[in-house]
Formats: sequence, C-alpha cells, structure tokens
Amino acid sequence: MRWLAALAVVVLLLLPAVLNSYAITVFIFIFFYAFLGQAWNIVGGYAGQLSAGHAAFVGIGAYASAILSVEMGLTPWIGMLVGGLLSAGLGTVVGYLGFRFGLRGFYFVLLTVAFAEVCRIVALNTDAVGGALGYYITFTGNPWQFQFQDNRAYYYVALGLMLLATGIVAAIERRRFGAYLIAIREDESACEALGVNTFRYKMLAMVVSSFLTGVGGTFYAFYLFSLQPGSVFGIPLSVEIIIRPIVGGAGTVLGPILGSFILSPLAELSRIYFGQGGWAGAHLIAYGLLLIAVVLFLPQGAYPALRRLWIRAAPR
Amino acid sequence: MSACAKMTARAPLLEVSGISKRFGGLQAVRDLSLEMARGEVLGLIGPNGAGKTTAFNLLSGFLSPDTGRVRFDGHPLAGLKPHAICRLGLARTFQIVRPFPRLSVLDNVRIGALARHPRMAEARGKARAVIDQVGLGAKADLTAAGLTLADRKRLELARALATEPTLLLLDEVMAGLNPTEITDIVGLIKRINENGVSILLIEHNVRAVMSLSHRIAVLNFGEKIAEGEPAAVANHPRVIEAYLGEEYVHAPAR
Repeated sequence: MRWLAALAVVVLLLLPAVLNSYAITVFIFIFFYAFLGQAWNIVGGYAGQLSAGHAAFVGIGAYASAILSVEMGLTPWIGMLVGGLLSAGLGTVVGYLGFRFGLRGFYFVLLTVAFAEVCRIVALNTDAVGGALGYYITFTGNPWQFQFQDNRAYYYVALGLMLLATGIVAAIERRRFGAYLIAIREDESACEALGVNTFRYKMLAMVVSSFLTGVGGTFYAFYLFSLQPGSVFGIPLSVEIIIRPIVGGAGTVLGPILGSFILSPLAELSRIYFGQGGWAGAHLIAYGLLLIAVVLFLPQGAYPALRRLWIRAAPR
Repeated sequence: MSACAKMTARAPLLEVSGISKRFGGLQAVRDLSLEMARGEVLGLIGPNGAGKTTAFNLLSGFLSPDTGRVRFDGHPLAGLKPHAICRLGLARTFQIVRPFPRLSVLDNVRIGALARHPRMAEARGKARAVIDQVGLGAKADLTAAGLTLADRKRLELARALATEPTLLLLDEVMAGLNPTEITDIVGLIKRINENGVSILLIEHNVRAVMSLSHRIAVLNFGEKIAEGEPAAVANHPRVIEAYLGEEYVHAPAR
C-alpha cells in the first residue's frame, strides 16, 4: 500500500511533462477539490458532523488573502495563513454554537448552511469588498503574489495542498485524536461514558478543518482572480466540497481523492458538452444521480468498496 | 500521614445524599441516599420503571439531579460531564448496549483504554488484556455489529473496564442471556470485583443479584424502600409486596 502511494505521487509529479494545458487544468481542479474534500473529511467524515457550509471558510480565506494582497501588498503566501486563521475563527464560533447546544444531524447542517448564507449576504452588501460586482485581482504573474504565468505552477501548488491535507488526515487517523473522532461519529454518548471529552474533540476537528479550508480560499482567489459572493460563499460550492468525500468514502484517507478523481472530470466534461444551449446545470443532475447510486449501492463510498475488492483479489 | 490514608480508606467510595429527579409529572427518583464502601458489590433492584436507570444516569453525569448531591472518591460530582466522571474512576455500561458498530471489538475496547493510556500502542495492549479477561479474545478482530447479544454485553463490560474504574455501574448486563451465559458473566463480575473494582449492579435476575451482591437496595416508584443484606432484603415485607408480590400471591395456590 505504501509503495503504491509513493508510486502514485511520483506519477503525479511527472505528469505535467506529458499533459497539455487543458488536461493540466482538469488535474488542478481534481487536486483542489480533493484538498477541500479532505479538509471537510476531518469534521464531516471522521467526526461525522455534517457541515454543509464549508464554502464560508473558502470565501473568508479567499477574500482575506485577496484584499490583503491588493490593498496592502501582503504576499498571499502569508495571507493564506491569515485567511486560514480567520476561517478557523468562524469555525470556532459555528462549532461552539453547534456542539455546546447539542445540535446534531439536520440541525447542525442547517446551522452551518445559515452561517455560510450570512457570509454570502454580508459580502454581497459590503461595497468595500466589491459587493455584488465581486472582487477582482489584477494579474501580474508575480510568484511572490501567488500568481504564475505557467499553469504547471498551479498544478504543483494544488498537488502540494492535496498531499499536505492527506498527510494531515493520515496522521490524525493513526492517533488518539482520530480514534476518538471515529468513535464520536459511531456513538457520542458511549464516547462520553468512556472518558472522551466529545465537545473538545469535535471543536478541534472543526478548527483544523476550517483552517485548512480557509487556506484553500487563497488558491481559489489567485487561480480564478475574481471573487463573486454567490460562487465563493454559495451553497453550490459547499455541495462540491461535500460530495467528493461522500462519493469516494467519507472518513477514509483516500476517499476524498478518489471522489475527486471521479467527480471533477465528470463536472468538467458536462460543462464542456452541456455548457451551451441552456444545459449549464447538467452536471448537477449527474451529481444527483451519482449520489443516489452511491447511497443505494455503496453507502460507505467507493474507497471501502474498492478496498474489499482488492483484499478479495489479493493472493494469499 | 497514615491517619490521613486511613481516613480516605474508611470514607465511603460513593456517597449519594438525597438526590431527586423529576421528568414533567413523573418523579423518577425521590430523595435517594446510598453509600458504598470500597470493594463492595451493591445490587440495585426494583420493578420496571422504579428509577434504577435514572439513578445510574444521575450518578454517571448523563443527567443532573434536581436536588441532592453525589460524592465519589472524595470528589463532588455536581456539574461534571460524563467524561470527567469516567476519568475520576466511575465507569458505566448501558442497558441497551451501544458498541461502536463498525469498529472491531479491539478498537471498541481501545477507545476505553485510551482514557488512561493516551498512546495508541499501549492502549491496544491494555485493550487486548481486557478482551482476554472477559473471554472475547478469539473475537477481537470481528466487527462489533456482528456479535451475538451475549458477546455485545461482554464487549460493553470490557469497554467500561478498560477505562480502569474503581467503581463500575452495570446496567442489566444479564438481560436477554441464557442460563449458561448468565453463569459465565456472574463468574466474570465476581473476578472483576476480586481485582478490587467496586460494583453497583442493576439486575432483574434475582438469583444472580443475590449471589453477587454484598448488599442490596430496592427501589420502587423512585424511592428506596429497603436496603440490607440479600437474605434480609428478600424477606422484607415491602420488597415482597412491591417486587416479588405476584409470586407471593400465587404461592399458596400451588
């Protein structure tokens, strides 16, 4: 398993040499959404706290680093940490309200959606950050300002983010923290009875998850160069973040990556083929169908199913 | 120093003073007082709905009493969350077993062991030992969801035991088991007690509770109606009326 992972990383490192620019773009989306899915996976997959408002953290991270860069010249390499910290701040507030007052299941989903919507509406009505027109970054191509002439630079940054988040998740899974998160997902009251401070660990999961997601906001801002409240804080982005780990296998290290390799190209293809002529939302229909299929046939996602096949096929 | 140590040794392990709990119109527990010495097995019996499980929830921090107070091992438990109470050394099982269904037996028990052994490898070793102790050794790698009821009860017990409690609250660990399984688990509970763990036991199986308990307390409609040695409690008129009443009424007809 270990050498397989190493091999995959080497292949991904070498891949840009043979890919054309468009294929590189597709891979950038795969890596970036895998990264966001992995960040969500900590609180949503492992701890089982279904945040449906993770776009809020992307948005805060994106706006923070963009504004700091454009208005104050602060390099986004530092701005991404500021954005991450601000997102973690919001994550702390949302987590505190949800976990202290025992909001579980649908109620926690609604709480997180509500916070993301509040962020969207605030951004929409704040002229200082561009309001409904959005916030734009002028392209300079200066790497110090997180801007690259060559698409391959974004490829490697996105790959790095994905590997970083995956490394963090793998490390969490091997430690007491990860064992506790999984147990909290399985049965919270039983955890409490066994000496687990469930509030503390859920908070910690939320903070790490929202921090990483906020860091991702910087990549979003400086890859797309324009921030619209509706797209960066909106429910569709939250859905994009959640659906990959769920399809791939929530609460597994490789689930979000697998999910992104399945869904990101699908979204891209449907955008190309259905993008014109009033079919712009067709990939959402595909998502819906796929989600139904996953819930029916692979309720734990694609990765656990693949793993069972692998174990069965492996010679003993 | 020795005087001080003697004091702590003599002080009761558990001191429940006049706790009450009301749910709307139902007085689930009324002015309940109990004391337990170190090393003791206390049986808590009573008809269904007598307030036994509510009492457990009050002791383990899942509910807070409306009035009264609980001291455990010298610590007042008022306002403490269940996890903090567990770390003080008071562990419980649930009447309706709640294993982590998708985790293996070993991983289930390890969650309990992590309370005292934060390193994963050490916790694993501790969990192994506890699993062997309760007789689940051969099933350590099975998923909890696939176990029989008897094994799930053992798992529930093992998980609580892995937190290394000084007092273990067992909520009907024998319910639904067949006579052989009950004999096994009675032996297991005896051995746990011999290792120095005090046990507070809710149980409907009268024979088992009589053989295990040093003392028995009887609840009816939330109130303690009797307390004492098993034989004395069994012959107490209020107990016969409340708990064994039906059999008593039928006895002359045989």
